[in-house]
Amino acid sequence: MSAEIRSLVTPELEARRGRWLRERLSEPVSASAIRRWAIACYWPDPPPRLYWDAEHAAGTRHGGIVAPLEFNAFTWPVEPDAADSGLETDALPGLRSMAGGTRDLYGVPMRPGDVIRERARIASWEQRETRLGPTLFIYSETEWTNQRGELVRTRFITSIRY
Amino acid sequence: MGETTGGEGVGARLCFEDVSVGDELPAWSRETGLVNWNRFAAVNDEFYDVHMDDSAARAAENPQGAFGMGMMRFSYLHNLLRSWAGEDADIRELGCRYRAVNQKGDVLRVTGRVTGMRIEGDDHLVDIALDVINQDGESTTPGHAIVALASRPTRRRPVT
Repeated sequence: MSAEIRSLVTPELEARRGRWLRERLSEPVSASAIRRWAIACYWPDPPPRLYWDAEHAAGTRHGGIVAPLEFNAFTWPVEPDAADSGLETDALPGLRSMAGGTRDLYGVPMRPGDVIRERARIASWEQRETRLGPTLFIYSETEWTNQRGELVRTRFITSIRY
Repeated sequence: MGETTGGEGVGARLCFEDVSVGDELPAWSRETGLVNWNRFAAVNDEFYDVHMDDSAARAAENPQGAFGMGMMRFSYLHNLLRSWAGEDADIRELGCRYRAVNQKGDVLRVTGRVTGMRIEGDDHLVDIALDVINQDGESTTPGHAIVALASRPTRRRPVT
């Protein structure tokens, strides 16, 4: 007879399944933020000119500076946004978290001046027994569109709670 | 194949016809530690104590102290593709799992191998298996990508 496995799922988490929980607009993307992102990702070597040299970028198929595809347009809000730490965080008190994985599907690139609209939801989860003990794998989805309604990217995140 | 560290490869035009299944991408490498993590934390607004503070990371059961953020390795995977395929590359999808921790002083080698090629409509798509390997040969970030490449126009023979 096997022992019953303790479920980590709370009613608060159940109530969030599939609902778009977070909708917000970014500040306009700035050329400076794109340049700094690229520098950080390539540090200590210089990043590609596409991300900081307007003259060079104008001669590429993009016709101007674009952001690296994985660029984060939602940083440094004046009001700290609790949802930033994970859509499920306050629904699972006392559990530790770990990044499980990231998968992006890309649409049009982000450019200086773009304003990004985000919506995010918890799609599903599963509980498994791992070396960490009972472990929840939570699958969330974040969708970004620009001010023209074009899809910029869809991000699927796996977060691990134990 | 050689190894790259910067953005110097970006700009070269790679065409679908230049690629074959089984090709290894020139690896992209980086020694990592607080100088990289702090910069990435600043641009990604990712100020978790386990990425900055040794004692906090040890309390979170990483005896070696502060460790790197997964999202920085996610960027490094993109760096590999940008370095290989150039500015004309059109990355359609990229995914990875964070299998092992990025410890202070790790020398990370980002690798890629072409696993498939296909034409769908006007798109010339290449499937790539990715990973970030540490100096001990450990796989830390297995992943995959789909990249659309330009196709070189074929020359038509003049009709005689």
